[in-house]
This record gives sequence, C-alpha cells and structure tokens, in this order.
Amino acid sequence: MKFGVVVFPGSNCDHDAYHVVSKHVGQPVDFIWHKQTDLSGYDALIVPGGFSYGDYLRAGALARFSPVMTAIKDFAAAGKFVFGVCNGFQILCEAGLLPGALMRNSGLHFVCQHINIRVENEKTPYTSELDAGEVLSIPIAHAEGNYVCDDETLAELEDNNQIIFRYCDENGELSDEANPNGSRSNIAGICNAEGNVLGMMPHPERACEELLGSNDGRDIFRSLTKAIAEK
Amino acid sequence: MKAKVYVTLKPSVLDPQGKAIQHSVELLGFQQIADIRQGKYFEIALDADLSENVARQTAERIAKDVLANPVIEDYRVEIDR
Repeated sequence: MKFGVVVFPGSNCDHDAYHVVSKHVGQPVDFIWHKQTDLSGYDALIVPGGFSYGDYLRAGALARFSPVMTAIKDFAAAGKFVFGVCNGFQILCEAGLLPGALMRNSGLHFVCQHINIRVENEKTPYTSELDAGEVLSIPIAHAEGNYVCDDETLAELEDNNQIIFRYCDENGELSDEANPNGSRSNIAGICNAEGNVLGMMPHPERACEELLGSNDGRDIFRSLTKAIAEK
Repeated sequence: MKAKVYVTLKPSVLDPQGKAIQHSVELLGFQQIADIRQGKYFEIALDADLSENVARQTAERIAKDVLANPVIEDYRVEIDR
C-alpha cells in the first residue's frame, strides 16, 4: 500500500498529510510534485490544503492545469482513491472530478476553528469505520468553503448518497448557525458517483492527535486504509 | 487586436463580496443602491493579423475553459480592433 501527497506551488498542508499517513496510518508515502505525471505504484492520493497558485483567478482554478492533474484524472478513472482536503476539494471541483464549486464564505471571514460535521453516508471507502449520524469535531480553515451547486446537481448528490459530511451542531442537528460558510444544504464533503473521489473542506489530517484538540480524523484515514487493503 | 472578457456571477449565485461593498457604499451616504455585484475583467492582447471571428472564438474558448467557472459564472466577450 502506498500513498502520495500531491504538492502544488502554494500547498501548505502537504506536510500535515504526510505526517498523518506515515505516523498514524503507518504506510509508505511520497510527496508528488505537481509536474510529475507517472502515478504508477500509488493506491491513494491526497490533494492537500493550502493556496495553490496563490488562489489566483479562483481557488483551485490554476492547479487544475498542472501536469499532474491529467494523471490524477486517469488515476481516479481507474477507481483508485483521490482524497481532496480544503484547497484539494476546491481543485477537484475546478477539475471536474467532483460537481459544484466553492465560493467565498457567506460571512466573508476566513474561518479557522473546530466545527462539527455529521457522517451522512457510512458506506463509502472513507467512512466505513464511522457510523451514520456520528458527529466528528474537525477544524476548518478557509475563506472559500461555501459549497454551491444547482438544484439538479443537489438532487443527484442526494439521490446517489454522495453527500458524505454535513456541518451540524454538537448534537448532530443541522442549522444555519452550525453552517460556518453558507454551504448549500450544509455540505462539508461530497464524493463522486463511484465513491472513490472525496472532497471535504474540514481538515481531518489536523484532527489525528489528542494534543491538537481532536483525533476524530483518524477514522477517516483508517477507513481509507481498510478500503485499499480490501481492494 | 484586443479581447475584453467580463466574468460575472450567475444571477442565482449570492455574492457576499458585492453585498459588503454595497454596505460600505451606503455608509458613505450613497442612497438608492438596489444591488452591487462584483465581477472580473480581463484584457487579452491578440495578434493583430487575426480575423475578428477567430479572435472572438479564441477569447470565448479561453473564457469558457479558464477565466470563468461555468458552475457559478457567466462571461461576455468584446473584441476591439
């Protein structure tokens, strides 16, 4: 089993992801510079958070044209796992690997805090070690996390159970107050129709150690590891 | 030859930045402001020997594939000879 952490100019959560995979997941992991086009030998890629290309034009818009992205599209089409966090989620949406877009937070502020998310679908490669309705405490840190899509896309996401995480309060209730960025339908994370590509705004890689305030993120990585082992 | 590309948020998409700008404008004392929406403007210099048609097609492609995100934005292209 081998993980890759994709690094664009401006990525800044790449070392966090690398640390979690090597220390807590206990699997080999490489950094993958965005100019690399050979992804053979990897089972899962993490597209980490940060400010790829300085968020110029739109968050994630320019990273989409990096050479590695063509390889990532083939990698995803082959059913391998692609896990985008924060800016990684924005990049996957811009690249068309996930539907919708992430806009400026409705409250305009950069929001950096622990929030609660509810597991909406536990039958995915990323959530099998979690229970439906389980509430996780995971930090967010973004200015553009406001998930937007049209009615048709939202209906598709709901019908196919592609909404994986929703912002909620500590009791798992959905409300506008528990929605930190104005995301449509409180969406915090979605997967593609096949379930192998996941994007989420919260940072599970920053929630794998009690010292950091939560280790709720570990179960997501444990789920993914199990999915790779069973493949 | 210059292509001007205007990228605007779709009418159905909320624009929190536009709202904040509107609020500041109103604080300045300007009244009767119904709405302000923020967009982006690009100038693309193209080879002078291109036909207007080809220039327009080129700019449209660039706008559609790069400058605008069709999920949330519309675009409009003008060609200046």
